[in-house]
Amino acid sequence: MTVRIVIQRDDFDISAEISKLDGEDTGAVATFTGKVRKDGDLVALTLEHYPHMTEREIGRIVEDAQGRWPLLGVTILHRIGRLLPGDRIVLVAVAAKHRGAAFEACQFLMDYLKTRAPFWKEEERSGGRHWVAARHSDDAAAERWRGT
Amino acid sequence: MTLLYFAWVRQKTGRGEEQLALPAGVKTVSDLIAVLTQRGGGFVDAFADPKRIRVAVNQEHTSFDAALKEGDEVAFFPPVTGG
Repeated sequence: MTVRIVIQRDDFDISAEISKLDGEDTGAVATFTGKVRKDGDLVALTLEHYPHMTEREIGRIVEDAQGRWPLLGVTILHRIGRLLPGDRIVLVAVAAKHRGAAFEACQFLMDYLKTRAPFWKEEERSGGRHWVAARHSDDAAAERWRGT
Repeated sequence: MTLLYFAWVRQKTGRGEEQLALPAGVKTVSDLIAVLTQRGGGFVDAFADPKRIRVAVNQEHTSFDAALKEGDEVAFFPPVTGG
């Protein structure tokens, strides 16, 4: 099991990341890419995080996933700093022998990342800047994995 | 101990980080918040609605009931919004 967790300002190369994950036993690689949505007068998003805790918390989420599915590799890349509409924010890539584990673990990792990894988004709009509020739908998405 | 503040909690308190000796009588995160709000100003504003605040002790999510000791790293922040 290879685990790669990186917080970076720069963009990432999805196909290069998939290649790094690929191993002899790999039968499936599922990936999720999150992007900055175009949204009315949104100019940019600035992402802040809690250095060290971010990596540790994502590591704990990955450990949880490993206990639920037989995984061969996980890569999580998350960008920080000022991002523009259309920019990539996050990549979750999961390698497994079979697609079921890869798909499910990818969704689990993303749901937990959204509710537990210490990142915060500040929106820049024509009217000014404000911090994005957490969404109940994200809590509900993570909640449904409880007891599974 | 080290106190850290993120996002709008940092903006309201006017600082990202500070060092503080564990104040007398402080046993839990709630006790610490009570001491911090006594400073007035932005600290009162930051902690005005505790339901909007989350806390981590030594880089793990926890609750306001969590016990504190000298040397702990305590971080206050809004609910997370990454991904």
